[in-house]
This record gives sequence, structure tokens and C-alpha cells, in this order.
Amino acid sequence: MEDLSLHILDIAENSVEAQADEIRIRLEENRQKDRLTLEIADNGKGMDKELLERALDPFVTTKKARRIGLGLPLLTEAAKAAGGTLTVRSQPGRGTKVRATFQLSHIDLKPLGDLTLTLLTLIAGHPDIDIRYTHAVNGKKYAFDTRDLRAQLHGIPINDPQVIKFIKHDINEGIDHIRRKT
Amino acid sequence: MPKLKIEDLEKIREQVKRTTALREGSGFRAKVNVHMGTCGIAAGARTIMNAFIKELETRDVHDVLLTNSGCAGLCSQEPMVTIEIAGQAPVKYVNLTEKKAQEIFEKHVLGGTIVKEYALGIGSEKTDY
Repeated sequence: MEDLSLHILDIAENSVEAQADEIRIRLEENRQKDRLTLEIADNGKGMDKELLERALDPFVTTKKARRIGLGLPLLTEAAKAAGGTLTVRSQPGRGTKVRATFQLSHIDLKPLGDLTLTLLTLIAGHPDIDIRYTHAVNGKKYAFDTRDLRAQLHGIPINDPQVIKFIKHDINEGIDHIRRKT
Repeated sequence: MPKLKIEDLEKIREQVKRTTALREGSGFRAKVNVHMGTCGIAAGARTIMNAFIKELETRDVHDVLLTNSGCAGLCSQEPMVTIEIAGQAPVKYVNLTEKKAQEIFEKHVLGGTIVKEYALGIGSEKTDY
């Protein structure tokens, strides 16, 4: 994976596989603490302790756990390479929360990549799932919630090309705004 | 939080109404399924998805369903997409690039002609679509 936005897409696709209907993605860039925090939480079917251990181990997979794949081990490596850690909390029937931290100034920190494209891919590809995205850069915040948008659309599909165009514009502007130095 | 302006919303609503009226029945004429497993994403599936998003937007197509699914089990052939035209057998395309995706959209999704040189196999599977 070339950048963190691709990791985010990959982990969120796990949430889709876990039959979540809500995925929350949170990014926090804190220059003062020199830390980048990434959280992806869902209300999917969750994992028991045994499955969770398998999900984190790239080598121990059985056919039963086939659907887990390499996504979490790859993100773990990306976090460790940038002086961070990865933790996963999961409860069967409740959901899963993946949390990765990175040292913001670390030379091996992968770039964030195209976050807009990751969110658009999730929204266009899974219009029935609600996506909540929050991104904070040194206290400045941007939030996007498909539930709020849906309420304004009055029945127009959220994956309609014109709506997707609007979302793209909004997210691009929102992220640009919080990254702009004031 | 995104706030739709009234004029945005009206524009979108008009456009959707117009294209819905043109459609026969309520179904989609085609389904484009981009395989978005870890293998697919690492190989560039998101770029392929974006190519289809752009095609839908620039050509103003509203009756093609674009969706994602997981790994199709042929990781070495990613990025992959499965195209299903209503009433026809699904076709899988492999080793895609943005350019190939554009060509497939124009020729197969809109034109109904399978782009044989990029296809994996034809009619070897069934889905509930």
C-alpha cells in the first residue's frame, strides 16, 4: 500500500465484509504531540478473541479466516515503521475499532494520500452504508456525515453521479481548509 | 458538514428526474463491480473505481450501478472488474488500467460489445443480478 488513504479504504472494506451499516473514520494530526492518530470503527459483526488474533497475524490463516487477509498486518507494519502502534478492539455482535498511531515527523511515515478518493469509493460503492468522517489538523476540524447529507437529498440516491460530484467538492474543500496554515 | 445549497439540490433533482423518466422500468441497464480486496487496492483498484466515477459523471449516465466487492480469488490478475449487462452473463476484466477501464465503459457498458482482449472469461459464472 502506497499511502495511508489506501490502508483506510482497505480496513473500511473489512467493515463492509463484516456487514456494518455505519463506519466511522477519524484522523487527527497533532503537530504539538508529533502524533497522527487514525481510527476506523464499525458496527459490524465483530470478532471473538481467536479470530482477532488470526486477523493480526499475516501467517496464521485458515480457510475459515480467509476473509480477513493481510489488511491489518499491513497497517500494523506501516504504524510500526513510523514509530507507532496498532490496536484492535472488537466484540462479537457489537463491532470493531481499529486504532493506529504514527509519529508525525517520522521519515518513514507514509503520506496520507488521496483521502477524498477513498471516501468517494466507499460512498459510491456502498451507498447503503453510512460513513462518518472527521479530520482534525492541530485543532481545526472537518466533519462529513452521509446521514446529514441523505437528510438533505430527499430521496435522491447518494451515489447519483451529480451527488458524488458535490461530495467530492465538499470533502476536497473541507480538507484543504483544515490544512491551510492560518 | 456539507450543506447543499438550494440551487445545487434543485439542479440534482431535475437531472435525476429527467434521466429516471427515460429509463424503462426501475432497473439499471448494467452493473459495474470493482473488486476492492486488499490485493485489488494494492494493485490500483481505487484508480479504476475513480475512472468509472468520472465516466458516469462526464457522460451523465444514471442507469449504471457502480459498486465494490471483495477479493475475487485471482489476486495476481488485479485490478479486476465484473461487468453485468441486464439479461446477459457477467464478464470479468483483469489487469486493468484507467485507460482500459474507459474503453470497457464505452464499448461494453454503453455499447454492449465485450472487449475480448481484456476479458478473463465469459459466461463462466452466475450471480443473482
